[in-house]
Amino acid sequence: MATDPADAPQIDIDAFLAQQDAKDQLRFITCGSVDDGKSTLLGRLLYDSKTVFEDQLGAAEVESKKYGTQGAEVDLALLVDGLQAEREQGITIDVAYRYFETDKRKFIAADTPGHEQYTRNMATGASTADLAIILIDARKGVLTQTRRHSFIVSLLGIKNVILAVNKMDLMDWDGATFEAIVEEYSAFVSDLEIEHVHAIPLSALTGANVFSGSAEMPWYQGPTLMRLLETIQIARDTTGLPFRMPVQWVNRPNSDFRGFSGTIASGDVSVGDPVAASLTGRSSRVSRIVGPSGDLDRAMAPQSVTVCLEDEIDISRGDMLAHPGTLPAVADQFAAHIVWMDSEKMLPERAYLVRFATAAATAQITDLVHKIDVNTLEKQATKTLELNEVGYCKLALDRAVPFDAYESVRQTGSFVLIDRFTNTTVGAGTIDFPLRRASNIEWHQMKVDKTARAAANGQTPRILWFTGFSGSGKSTVADRLEQKLHAIGRRTYLLDGDNVRHGLNKDLGFTDHDRVENIRRVAEVAKLMADAGLIVLTSFISPFRAERQMARDLLDEGEFVEVFVDTPLEVCEARDPKGLYKKARAGQLKNFTGIDSDYEPPEAAEITLKSAEQDPDTLADQIIAWLRDQKAI
Amino acid sequence: MKPFSHLDRLESESMHIIREVAAEFRNPVMLYSIGKDSAVMLHLAMKAFAPGVPPFPLLHVDTTWKFRAMIEFRDRIAREMGLELIVHTNQDGVAQGVNPFSHGSKVHTDIMKTEALKQALNAGGYDAAFGGARRDEEKSRAKERVFSFRSKSHRWDPKAQRPELWSLYNTRVAPGESVRVFPLSNWTELDIWQYIHREGIELVPLYFAAPRPIVEYNGMWIMVDDDRMPEEHRQNPVDRMVRFRTLGCYPLTGAVESQATSVPDIILELLASRASERQGRAIDKDQIGSMEKKKQEGYF
Repeated sequence: MATDPADAPQIDIDAFLAQQDAKDQLRFITCGSVDDGKSTLLGRLLYDSKTVFEDQLGAAEVESKKYGTQGAEVDLALLVDGLQAEREQGITIDVAYRYFETDKRKFIAADTPGHEQYTRNMATGASTADLAIILIDARKGVLTQTRRHSFIVSLLGIKNVILAVNKMDLMDWDGATFEAIVEEYSAFVSDLEIEHVHAIPLSALTGANVFSGSAEMPWYQGPTLMRLLETIQIARDTTGLPFRMPVQWVNRPNSDFRGFSGTIASGDVSVGDPVAASLTGRSSRVSRIVGPSGDLDRAMAPQSVTVCLEDEIDISRGDMLAHPGTLPAVADQFAAHIVWMDSEKMLPERAYLVRFATAAATAQITDLVHKIDVNTLEKQATKTLELNEVGYCKLALDRAVPFDAYESVRQTGSFVLIDRFTNTTVGAGTIDFPLRRASNIEWHQMKVDKTARAAANGQTPRILWFTGFSGSGKSTVADRLEQKLHAIGRRTYLLDGDNVRHGLNKDLGFTDHDRVENIRRVAEVAKLMADAGLIVLTSFISPFRAERQMARDLLDEGEFVEVFVDTPLEVCEARDPKGLYKKARAGQLKNFTGIDSDYEPPEAAEITLKSAEQDPDTLADQIIAWLRDQKAI
Repeated sequence: MKPFSHLDRLESESMHIIREVAAEFRNPVMLYSIGKDSAVMLHLAMKAFAPGVPPFPLLHVDTTWKFRAMIEFRDRIAREMGLELIVHTNQDGVAQGVNPFSHGSKVHTDIMKTEALKQALNAGGYDAAFGGARRDEEKSRAKERVFSFRSKSHRWDPKAQRPELWSLYNTRVAPGESVRVFPLSNWTELDIWQYIHREGIELVPLYFAAPRPIVEYNGMWIMVDDDRMPEEHRQNPVDRMVRFRTLGCYPLTGAVESQATSVPDIILELLASRASERQGRAIDKDQIGSMEKKKQEGYF
C-alpha cells in the first residue's frame, strides 16, 4: 500500500527528464518456430531490464505453479503470453506488444507467433518493425518456418536481422553447432533483401548473451543481444526522400481557416514551398504549417501536421500532397506482392476493397503472376492464394490513386485488402510499380443514351437476376416470365446459364475462380443490354453474395432486381432434371453447388419465389405484379 | 529544428489515429474517464483538430460512485474546451440500488460500468468509441489492436482480430457493429507522465499527494468521499498523506501513501515503485485472466 521513501533512488529529475527526452525508439519483432523460446526470450528482456513489476512477477509465479514448464523456476514466458487460452495451451496465438527501456533506448517489441496458421500476425508485427530477431532452436537448426519468416521480414522491408541461436545450453555451448547454423542461414538469406544479419549464440533460459556475456561460450567475441539492440543504427531517416503527405482530413473549423491534415510519410516541407495535389496536379504554395504545438516553419516525417495553402485548390481525403517536381505515381493499375491472410482463399476476379494510406478503392486482381514457395523462393504458377501464401499480382482499381513503390516509401507503398461482406482484412500488399492502362482507350459519350433508348422502347430497363440451386426452377420461371412480358409488348432478353456457357463463357469451368469470372461477364453483358433499354432476365445459380453485389454495383440504383428462387435443396435434388445431383453424389461431378460447393442465399432479395409450393405460372405473375407495383412496366 | 523524440513520435502516431476515426466513421465518440490517460487522449484530440475542436462528443459513464473531485473536473474541462459532454448512468442499476459496498466489485462493475457502457453506446448509435487503454497496462491488452472490432453485442473475440499492418486501419463495420479505438496503445505509464509534464496537462488533484481521510477496506486504503459509505466502514478515518495512481469508483480505488505533490515527484515515485499500476484496482484480481474475461464481455 505504501512506497517506502527510503527505497527512492537519488535521481536528479531534470537530468532524468532531459535524458528521457533524448532517447530514441527501436521497434523490433521476435519470430521463429514454435518452442524456439520466443516468449521466454522476451520475458528475459523484460525481466533483466527490470520492466517487470513485483505484482506481475507474483502473478507469473502463481501461474507457473498452475501451467508452468520450468518446475520450481518462474516461467518467464508466462509474463508475455497474455491471453488465457495461450497460458493453458502453452503456445503463443497472437501478436503481443511489449514495452521496455534501458538507459540508451526505448523498445517496442512485437512477440509474433510461430504457428504456420498465424503467419499473418507475423507480417503484422513486421510491418512496423525496424529490426527482426529470428530465433532458432540450436537443437533443430534452420526450419521451414525460419525461412518463411525471413522471407516475410524481407518482403516487408526490414533490412536488419538478428539471428538468435537459442538453447545453446542444451547443446553444451558448442561453437561448431552455432557456426553450422549460421552458415546454413546465410546461404538461404543471400537471396533475400535483408542487408545485415547479426548472429548471436544465447540461452534465453539462463540469460547467457542476453544482457550479460557468457563464460560458457568463450569462442563468441561479439556483442550481447542487448548491447546490439541498444547500439544498432537503423536507417529510418526519410528526410532525403521526396515529400509525401497523404491527406487524412480537411480541417475547416470556420470560414477563415482551411487546412489539410495528415502525417508526413516521407521527406519534409517548409512554408513557401510549392506543393501539388497528386490527383489533379494543381499546385499552390504552403502558406502555413500548424504543428502539434503551434505553427512551424518546416515539418518532416513522421510529424502529424495541418498544411494551409495560398490558393483554394480542390483537395480531399485520399489525395496526397507532394512537391510538383517529384509527384508520386497516380494510376489505377499496379503490380504488387500480396500476403494472403484469410482462411477463405483469394478469388482473383472478385472485387475487394483496397485501403491505401488514406485513399480507398475497389480492386480486382487481374493477373496472379505467380506465388512464391517460401522454402525455396521458387516461383510457381497458381490460380489462387491460400492463407499465408505470398503471390505476385497485378491489380486494377476502379479509380486512380496516388502511391509509391514500397521500397521507396513504406507508408505510401503499402495497402490492405478487405472483403466487402465480412469486412475482414484478407490481404496485405507492397507495391512494386504502377502499370499504365492503354491510355488511348477512353469512354465515349454517345449522343443517344440509355434514357433515349429506353424511351424508344417505352419501358424502364431492369435486370431480373434469378439466383438459386440447380433445379430450383430459375430457368422455367424466367422462361414463363419472358413469354408473359413479350405478350404485353415488352422488349426482353433472357441470359441463361447453360446457353452462355456454350459461347461467351465456354472457356470457363466450375471452380470458384471460374464461377466468379462467369458471373462477372454475365453482369457486364446484362449491363450492356440494360443500356440498350431492355428488360434482362438472367438465370444463373450465382452462388456467391459478393458477385451478385458486384452485378448490383455495376448498375444504376434500383435497376438490379434480385429474384431468389428459394427451393429447398432436397426438392431440387428430388427433381434433378439433368441428373446432375446424382452424378455429384456419386463423385463424378466436382464443385457442385449444394453438394461440395457453397450457396450463399440472398440477405435482402427484392423478390423471393417459393417454387416448391407454387407453379411457375403463378410465380411469373408474382414478378409481373411486383414490376407493375414498382411502375417498371 | 530539435530532434524528433520518442514522445514526439508517440504524439504524432496518436494524432494520426484520432484523425482517421473522425474521417472514416459516421458517428464516433470519445470515452472520457477523467483519469490521466483520458486527459492525455483529450489533449491529443485537441491538437489533432487545432485550430478547430474535435468533431465528436465526450462520453462519461457515471457509476454515481466516482470521486466528487472527478465530476467537478469533468464538467469544467468540457466547458472550457467547448466540447459536448454526454453523461450516462445505468438507471436500472440505480433503481436496484447496486453499489460497490453491498454488491461487491464484480457485480457493481458489470452493471454500472460494462452494462452502462453498452447502454450508452447503443443509445448513441456510435460506430466508433475512443478509449484511453494502453498495451503496457495488462497482459491481455498487449494483444489488442489499435482498432479493435466489437460485435453487435459489444463482444471482443481475441482469436478473430483483424490483422493490422502499417498504419492502415480497417474501419469497416456493419450496422450495429462498432470498433473501440485506442490511440494510446503504444504509450507506457512513464511516457504518459513525461508527456503530462512536458505539455503541462491539468489533472484531477487526487493524483497528487495531500492529507485525505482514509479507512482500510478490502485490503486497500480507500478515501471517505461521501456519507454513502456504510457506517461500519466509516469508523475512525485517519488523515494520511496519500494519492491515487488510477481513478475510478472511490470504494474500489486504493490510495497509496505518498509525498508526491507534483508531476516530477510522481515520476520519481514511479521509478522507485516496484508495484505496477493496476494493482490498486480491485477488479483485476478477482480471478486469473479476469481482465480478459471482462473485455470479452464488453468492458473497455
